[in-house]
Amino acid sequence: MKILTLCGAGIGTSGILKINTERVLQRIGVDARVVAIDVTMLESELEDAQVILTSPEFVEAIGRTFADVIVVENYFDTAELQRKLELALG
Amino acid sequence: MDQQPALPPLPDEGVILGVRPKDWRESVEIAGRALAASGATDAGYAVDMVRMIEEHGPYVVVAPGLALAHARPGPAVRRDGIAIVTLAEPVPFGHPYNDPVCVVLALAGASSARHLQLVAEIANIFNDSDAVKRLAEATDPDEVRGILGAAAS
Repeated sequence: MKILTLCGAGIGTSGILKINTERVLQRIGVDARVVAIDVTMLESELEDAQVILTSPEFVEAIGRTFADVIVVENYFDTAELQRKLELALG
Repeated sequence: MDQQPALPPLPDEGVILGVRPKDWRESVEIAGRALAASGATDAGYAVDMVRMIEEHGPYVVVAPGLALAHARPGPAVRRDGIAIVTLAEPVPFGHPYNDPVCVVLALAGASSARHLQLVAEIANIFNDSDAVKRLAEATDPDEVRGILGAAAS
């Protein structure tokens, strides 16, 4: 499974999401590849992604997709991340 | 144990406490000046950080009260660096959940790979939900360095 974390530069906030998503996945025993990207990489990375984690600003940029789009409020709240990931993966 | 690299040094010049910016833009500019004063970046990096928010919105407000200002690695970055600015009066960035901001953490990475390593280290710090509040209430650079686990030089 591939999970994308998306932000403006692909190296800052998406990096935090990547780290904390990997932590949560390990905790709940899910094996996935997590890739931090910026909006310019969406087109090439979107096709085989199952879940996309991002902040509200980028939802529109994602457009039509079969992936589950998760909007994250607090990037450091792994309990929030876990709840939303379990809902999407459940 | 995770093998995480430590944060870059945070000299006194990189810590500015209790400022009263007139808006989010000025708070990011102050953080940019702190990065430049500490030798991590040129003055132009502050402009890049403001532009990121203008282009993509206030998504850099990653947790309640905390803005993680940053731009891409480029010629304005001399070396990895962080700066901390605390606000005497929080300012809104226009974020739907996490406004207003009382701490601006500015980040510069010399490469994309380094930048990602630095945010991983930052995630370790702020996964403790008290860290923003403790930073906002810090009264000197030593206290800030203690919370972040950063060295002065």
